[in-house]
Amino acid sequence: MESEITKVTSHISHNETLIFERSRTGRIGYRLPPLDVEESPIDSIIPSRFRRDDDLEGVPEVSEVDVIRHFVRMSTWNYSIDLGMYPLGSCTMKYNSRLNERVARIAGFANLHPLADESDAQGALQVIYELQQDLAEITGLPGVSLQPAAGAHGEMTGVMIIRAYIDVRDGAGASAKRRTMLIPDSAHGTNPASAHLSGFSVKTIRSTKEGLTDLEHLRELCSHGEVAGLMLTNPNTLGLFEKNIKEICEIVHEAGGLVYMDGANMNALVGVARPGDMGVDVIHLNLHKTFSTPHGGGGPGCGPCCCTKELEPFLPVPRITRVGQEFKVDYGYPRSIGRVKAFFGNYGMMLRALSYIQTHGNDGLREATEAAVLNARYIAHGLATDYDKPFDAAPMHEVVFTDKRQSRKGVHTLDIAKRLIDYGFHPMTIYFPLIVQGAMLIEPTESVGHQELDQFIAAMRSIAREAVVDPELVLNAPHSTRIGRLDEAAAARKPVLRWKPLS
Amino acid sequence: MRYIPNSPEERAEMLHQIGLDSAADLFSSIPADLRLARDLVTSPALSEIELLSGFERMAALNTGAQRPSFIGAGAYGHYIPTVVDHIISRSEFFTAYTPYQPEISQGTLQVIFEFQTLVCQLTGMEVANASMYDGSTALAEAVLMAERVTKRSKVITCGAVHPEYLDVVNTYVQHAGIEVHHVEFDSTTGQISASLAEALDDKTAAIVVQSPNFFGCIEDVAALAQKAQAAGALLIVAITEAISMGLLRSPGACGADIVIAEGQSFGVPLSFGGPYVGLFATREKYARQIPGRLVGEAFDKQGRRGFVLTLATREQHIRRERATSNICTNEGLIALAATVYLETMGRRGLQEVALQCAQKTAYAAWRIAGIPGFSVPFTAPRFNEFVVRAPTEARSLLTSIALERGITGGLALGRYYSDRPNDFLVCVTELNTRQEIDALVDGLAFIASKKAPKMQR
Amino acid sequence: MANVPEDLHYSKDHEWVSVEGDVADIGITDYAQNSLGDVVYVELPKAGEEFAANESFGSVESVKAVSEMFSPVSGTVVAVNEALADEPEKVNGDPYGEGWMIRVRLSNPGEVDSLLTAAEYEDFTKAETE
Repeated sequence: MESEITKVTSHISHNETLIFERSRTGRIGYRLPPLDVEESPIDSIIPSRFRRDDDLEGVPEVSEVDVIRHFVRMSTWNYSIDLGMYPLGSCTMKYNSRLNERVARIAGFANLHPLADESDAQGALQVIYELQQDLAEITGLPGVSLQPAAGAHGEMTGVMIIRAYIDVRDGAGASAKRRTMLIPDSAHGTNPASAHLSGFSVKTIRSTKEGLTDLEHLRELCSHGEVAGLMLTNPNTLGLFEKNIKEICEIVHEAGGLVYMDGANMNALVGVARPGDMGVDVIHLNLHKTFSTPHGGGGPGCGPCCCTKELEPFLPVPRITRVGQEFKVDYGYPRSIGRVKAFFGNYGMMLRALSYIQTHGNDGLREATEAAVLNARYIAHGLATDYDKPFDAAPMHEVVFTDKRQSRKGVHTLDIAKRLIDYGFHPMTIYFPLIVQGAMLIEPTESVGHQELDQFIAAMRSIAREAVVDPELVLNAPHSTRIGRLDEAAAARKPVLRWKPLS
Repeated sequence: MRYIPNSPEERAEMLHQIGLDSAADLFSSIPADLRLARDLVTSPALSEIELLSGFERMAALNTGAQRPSFIGAGAYGHYIPTVVDHIISRSEFFTAYTPYQPEISQGTLQVIFEFQTLVCQLTGMEVANASMYDGSTALAEAVLMAERVTKRSKVITCGAVHPEYLDVVNTYVQHAGIEVHHVEFDSTTGQISASLAEALDDKTAAIVVQSPNFFGCIEDVAALAQKAQAAGALLIVAITEAISMGLLRSPGACGADIVIAEGQSFGVPLSFGGPYVGLFATREKYARQIPGRLVGEAFDKQGRRGFVLTLATREQHIRRERATSNICTNEGLIALAATVYLETMGRRGLQEVALQCAQKTAYAAWRIAGIPGFSVPFTAPRFNEFVVRAPTEARSLLTSIALERGITGGLALGRYYSDRPNDFLVCVTELNTRQEIDALVDGLAFIASKKAPKMQR
Repeated sequence: MANVPEDLHYSKDHEWVSVEGDVADIGITDYAQNSLGDVVYVELPKAGEEFAANESFGSVESVKAVSEMFSPVSGTVVAVNEALADEPEKVNGDPYGEGWMIRVRLSNPGEVDSLLTAAEYEDFTKAETE
C-alpha cells in the first residue's frame, strides 16, 4: 500500500494557541437576562472578606466566535472512531451510535434532578431497572449495581464486596487472616490498585507458556489458607479464553476464596457465554467498552458491578427495585459496603447502554460478538507471516504480537506504532500486557469492515518491510502529523501543568 | 445489524478465508458446557422509531423534569450555552480515546491543559488534575491523599458536608486504617461548630470542610486553614456548587491545601445524577501525590509546543498496587463541557452568574422569611442555598406545592437529618425567574395556612 | 556493553557501593540506568534516616517505569545528592560519579564482603539478559 507523506503546513488551524493567549480584555461570549429582583448591596449579602478580590484575573475573555473556532480547530488534531479503526486492545473502540446520543439528551432525562422525589422520577428509575435486568441476563449474575462510574471504580466495588462477604462468613477480623488477592501477571494495573484499596495484599500468579493461568501455581498459592480471592480477566489480556475457568473457580472456592472477573473483555462473550455460568462470583462491566458508550477523550465511563445472589446484600446502596408497577430507591441493605458515588452513578451512560442493547436486540448482541471475534481472528491470520505471534491458541476478540523480529533490526514496538500513524490508523495498544516483550495488542471490534481490515493488514506488512529496508523511516515516525514525538522525559523532569501569565 | 459493517455474506467469506466453517467455530476454545445453548432474553431488536418512542414514554413519566425547581444539594440547574453541546458532539472529541498517542490527540490534550489551568485559577491552587468521577469520589481521594502526605490516620469531617459525600468517604476509607472523626455543625450559624478545636490533634491528617456547605452556609475557610496548619494537618475544602467560585474568595487564597469540587454547574445537565466531573487541585509540592491524570507541556525535536500525559509513574498502569489511585477512565468529555462553558462565559460571565444567584437567593430568603410561620434558621452568610423552617412537616408541604402549584419547592432535609422534619433546603440560580420565586412564596404561604390554620406567629 | 568499574562492590538489585573507611556511597549501575531509560525523578531519604541491608531507601523513575532501590548495606544516611532534584539525568550520564545517590555511615562494615565483585556482577547481568 502506498502512502503519501506530506509535510506539516503552517496553516492557521495548526497553530491554534491556548485560549489564554487568545483572550482580550472586553471580549464577551455570553448574555444573561437582566437581574429581575431588587438588588441588595452585595456587602449585606456576603461580607467582603468572603468574596474574591482578584476579579477572576487570568480567566479568559473571548467572543463566541473565538470559542467555536478555538475548539473546532483543536478538534481537527484528534484521531477518533468516526474517522476510522482504533485497534486498541482491551479498549473495545466500537461505533458510538448517534441514536444513543439522542436518547441521552431527551429533556425528560437530561433535566431531571437526582434528588427528585421517587414519584417524579419513575421513568428514570425504570431505565436503571431495565438495564440492571439486561446486564444480569447477559452476565448470568443476578445482583447488579450501576453506581460505579468506571471500570476501576467497579473493580474497587467488587473487591470490597468480597471482603465484606468474607468478614460475615468467617466472622469479623477473619479478613485479617484472609488478606491475599491473587492476580495474574498479565492483569491490567487497575486490578492490583483496586485490591490495595480494599486492604488486600497482592500475590501474582504465573501464566503458562500457552498464555493461560498456571493451574499448578494457582493450587500452590491457594494452599496457604490466606487467599480471599482471585481477580482474573476472561478472555485474558492476551485475548485467550481461559478454558480451565471452571476448574480455576473450583480451586479458589475450595480454598475459601471468591472469584472476581474483570469484564473488560466481555466483547468476546456477550450472547455466547456467561461469567455466572463459569463459577465467577462478581464481575464489573465497562459500558464504555462492550456497550459502546463513547470514550470522550478519557471518560465518562460506567462500571456496573454484577454478582451472585449470595453477594447481593453487599452491593452499594441505594438499590433500584420494583414493587408491583412502581420503581423504588431502596436503602434497606444493612450489609451493603456503602455508597461508592453520590446519587445513582453515571446515569447518562446507562441511557446509552440500554439504547445499545435495544438497538441490537438478543440476536444482534450475539452477532456483534461473532463479528468482533471474527475480525480479530482475521487480523491474526493476516499478520502471522510478518510478526511474531507468541501464542498458538486461537485468539478471541483481540490478538497479541511481539516486535521480536523487527527488534533484531533495531525497530521496536513504539516505532511500529508511530509509523502506523502515517498510514492513517491509530496505533494498537503497546507494551501491555507486561508479560509479553514489546507487546502489540490489537482489538479491531465488530465496527470495522473487511476493506479496512485489509488496509490495516497491508499497512502493518508494509511497516514490517520498511523495518528491514529503511528502518530510519520507522524510527523517526510519525512524519505526517502536525507535531512529532514529544520529549516526555523533559516534560516529566520539569512538569509544566498549567498556563501562567508572563509576569 | 446496521452497526456491523460486514454483511453476513462477507463474514462467511472471511470465515472461509481463515479456514473456519461457521461462526460457532470461532468459539471452540470455550468448553461446550459453557456455551449458551439459548438466545439471550433482553429485548427484541428495535428500530430507531420504536426505540425513541419507548424512551420518550419513560421520559414523560419524569414529572420532576417538567416544572420549575428549587432543589440544589449537590446538583444545580444552571444556564448551559448552546455552543457547549455542539462542541462536545463533535466526533473528534466524543469518539476519541484517552490521549495515549499524543501526536494524534493534541486536541484532547490541549483542552485538558486549559481545563487544569482554569481549575487552578478558580480554586486558587497551583496544580489540578484532568478530572475525577465527581465531587464525592474526589473528596474520598483527597482524604486518602492527605493520609499519604502527612502519614497520619485521623480525618475530621463536619456534619455540614454533603451527607452522600461523607458516605462515599466512609466507603473508601473503611479498609485504609483511617479514622473519620465527625464534628457537628453549629445549630445557630449552620457552620462547623467550635468543638472542632477539641478534635484537632497531632494525629489529624486533615480537616474536611465544605463551603458553601450543605446548608448553603459559607464557612470561614481562612480561619480553618490557620487552625489546620497549627496542628500540622491539611485543610481539604469541598465545593459542590462550583459557580460559587465566581464570587467567593478562592480556597487557595484562604490557605487550603487540597480543593475538590463538583464541576457539574459548569455547563453540565442534571441528567439524574451523572455523568458529572470532579475537580481536584492542590499545591505544587504535592504534585507527585495527586491522583488521576495530569497533562503537561512538552516539545518535539523541532521545538513545536504540544501537550502530553505526564507524571504517569503515580498511576495504576505503572505503579500498580502502590499507585496514588486506581483511577483510569475519568470524565474527559464532561471536563471538555466545563472548559467550553468557562471559556464562553469567561471572566465576566462567571461573575455575573454568581452575582445573579446570590441576589435572587437573597430575595427569595427575604420573602420566605416574611411568610407567617416560616423562618430561615441559620445565620451564616449564604451563596445560593438556604434552609427554611416550615410550620408543618416539610415533605408533605413540598408534595402539595408540587401537585397544586407545579413547582418543586426544595429538598426536605428529613431525608438526611431525621431530627429536622420541618426543614427544607432551597436553592436559587440565575434560571429561577422572579415570577417563579414569587409563585413559590405564594404557594408556601397558601398551603401552610391551609395545613395549620391555627398556628402562632 | 555496560560499564562495570573494577573498584566498586555491587548488589543483585543493580546498586553499586563505594567504600572509604566506614562510609559508603551508593548509586545505581550503568546497566540499571540503561534499562530504566531517561531518569526523570529520584526519590531519596533524608539525612539521619537509618536502613537495614535490603531495605528500600527510595525509588528512581523514568517516563514509563519506576524502580525501588534497596540498600545493599546497613547504616545511617549522612548525605544525599541534592543535585538530583534538579538534574535527575545525571543518573543516566554519570551513574558512578555525579549520579551518586546517598552516603551512608556503615553500621556493619562486614556486610560489604558479601556483596558482588565487578566480575561477579558482570556475570550476573549477562545471565539476566539471556
